[in-house]
Amino acid sequence: MTRRPRWFAVGKEPSSRARITLGLLSFLLPLGIWALVSYVPWIWHPLVRVSVPGTVEWFKPDLLVEHAVFNEENAKAVAAGGTAATGTPANPIFLPAPHAVGRALWTAFATPPILRDELWLHQSLWLSIRTIFWGFALSSLIGVPLGILCGAYPPVARLTEPVVDFVRYMPAPAFGALAVAVLGIYGAPKIAVIFLGTFFQQVLVIANTVRRHDPALIEAAQTLGAGPRQLLLRVIVPSCLIDLYNDQRILLGWAWTYLIVAEVVGISSGITFFINQQAKYRNFDNVYAAIIIIGVIGLVTDQGLAFIGRRIFPWQVRRSSRLRAFLALLGRKGGQGV
Amino acid sequence: MSAPTQAQDYLRQAPAVAERFRRLKERPVVLEVRDLTRSFPTAAGKEVTALRNLAFAAHRREFTCIIGPSGCGKSTLIRLLAGLDEPTSGEVLLDGKPVSGPCPDRGMVFQGYTLFPWLTVKRNVMFGLQMAGMEKGQAEAEALQWLELVGLIKFKDAYPAQLSGGMKQRVAIARALAPNPRVLLMDEPFGALDAQTRSQMQHHLLEIWRNVDVTILFITHDLDEAIYLADRILVLKAHPGEVQELIEVPVPRPRHPAQTNSPEFLAVRRRLEELIHPRLEETVEKLPIVRLTKAGDDVE
Ligand SMILES: Nc1ncnc2c1ncn2[C@@H]1O[C@H](COP(=O)(O)OP(=O)(O)OP(=O)(O)O)[C@@H](O)[C@H]1O
Ligand SMILES: [Mg+2]
Repeated sequence: MTRRPRWFAVGKEPSSRARITLGLLSFLLPLGIWALVSYVPWIWHPLVRVSVPGTVEWFKPDLLVEHAVFNEENAKAVAAGGTAATGTPANPIFLPAPHAVGRALWTAFATPPILRDELWLHQSLWLSIRTIFWGFALSSLIGVPLGILCGAYPPVARLTEPVVDFVRYMPAPAFGALAVAVLGIYGAPKIAVIFLGTFFQQVLVIANTVRRHDPALIEAAQTLGAGPRQLLLRVIVPSCLIDLYNDQRILLGWAWTYLIVAEVVGISSGITFFINQQAKYRNFDNVYAAIIIIGVIGLVTDQGLAFIGRRIFPWQVRRSSRLRAFLALLGRKGGQGV
Repeated sequence: MSAPTQAQDYLRQAPAVAERFRRLKERPVVLEVRDLTRSFPTAAGKEVTALRNLAFAAHRREFTCIIGPSGCGKSTLIRLLAGLDEPTSGEVLLDGKPVSGPCPDRGMVFQGYTLFPWLTVKRNVMFGLQMAGMEKGQAEAEALQWLELVGLIKFKDAYPAQLSGGMKQRVAIARALAPNPRVLLMDEPFGALDAQTRSQMQHHLLEIWRNVDVTILFITHDLDEAIYLADRILVLKAHPGEVQELIEVPVPRPRHPAQTNSPEFLAVRRRLEELIHPRLEETVEKLPIVRLTKAGDDVE
């Protein structure tokens, strides 16, 4: 007799098979709800899609009208001796069905731009990635060293952190107009907004991580003859390296959240322009596709960085990785799960 | 009439042991502590004196154990010796010169394993050598020699997280000894180890000490450990921390675990218990008697 696994044991990891199931479910559940709302006619579906207009004058095939209006117009038509329109329940246009969005994931890339100087989706995406990259790289170039100095030397923190804390509460988009005035209307002000949105958080987050270094290691290094410079570069920084790397992963996600507001600064561009444009044409399946692509890029980058992190920090105490657990599960052909 | 003589037994030394102590005291003093006082301000605005007017000297290649009840200032003392803390008054002399600040001429092994987790065992040992400006190839060669000495050459490329507690402390010893310190300071280095590993480590430490020119100061609260390791035992008392007695251990060297039952060993042990235990009983709080079980039979 096997003991039933307990799901609500505090702090206890489930088995690797259960972990993968849960990971898949985490995506499949929302997808399932979306599919239910889209495909089951009696769930939500507040509108009617007209199939045969009958004698209602302004009805056309594929027109979306509210149930009440549809019934009213039909009643009027029948009373006037005409034929009633027929239709099927439908959802509003801003909620396309999963299959439409799935198709759009492909067609969005294949659709040529409508106007001459508009960009293809992949070009828009590339523009956005470049904006993020430069904004984040510039922010890190200053923010990481400054954060490390703040964390290691309290006087630097006392000098820097009050003002950083102050500016941090000013929303980065508020600087958009200023950025345009100073940097023009093209790429630079967008990078500046990403920079402003990331930098101040970055200094504080990095400083906090570095402040948590183990003082016992500093003392050990001192008794081994390490000077002030070596304490910083050979002890404090390496002792925090894994945490700093993970902070950077989180901060990169933070930078992405500023993308949409950054890209409407000056001349709208990148993925934001694509999304706005598609919304204007009422191609909501393309809008969803673009949003999902942003999510996929984010998830893939983050998991990629996590994977790289496990390689470049060999002293890290390994927690079982999701990818490895998944591969192990695939490798175990029909074997009994533990 | 036998009780007083028995009480003095720990002072009696076999001729060979007495001769050894005579020669030991002829050796130059490496570490000297003069009138050392350290007090800390408390939250209430008062002062707590952790150490008061402490004085003692350690001769070259001497093994001194420092023992005393919890809170008597042992860690405070060793941090002052290491230069990690400043005395309120008094001074610490190394080879006759006052010390200020930490320096690799006083190596330290801490109770918590303070190995650098991001460096391999070999690189941990190389750390002090490289801080002293030694070029990498030579530092590596020397580090390997030290690892050989502590018997961990096979683990040179392992990371600290992959080692057991005893192995970590051996690396820590190698790391502290590599820059050739005059004094090795050890603050309850084996305190976190299980009894078996602990006695192995004591044996290892004596072996290492025999092969290296270093003076050792070793803090412990384990009486047997102190007797097994030390030439002399510095017994401190608490509140404030002062020297209570400096005991010359009459157990002959080389030491061996079987000596634990020898008369000399037991005599010293009795004396240490006399010095430390009564105070323990004074300080142990009496617990109020509350019976929380209805079981009829008594445990005693
Ligand atoms: N940084 C400090 N600030 C205030 N008081 C301190 C500080 N360090 C030590 N003390 C006090 O000094 C006394 C001696 O402490 P210490 O840690 O040296 O004792 P110890 O002999 O090492 O004890 P243990 O056997 O428990 O390790 C204690 O009463 C402690 O409260
Ligand atoms: Mg202590």
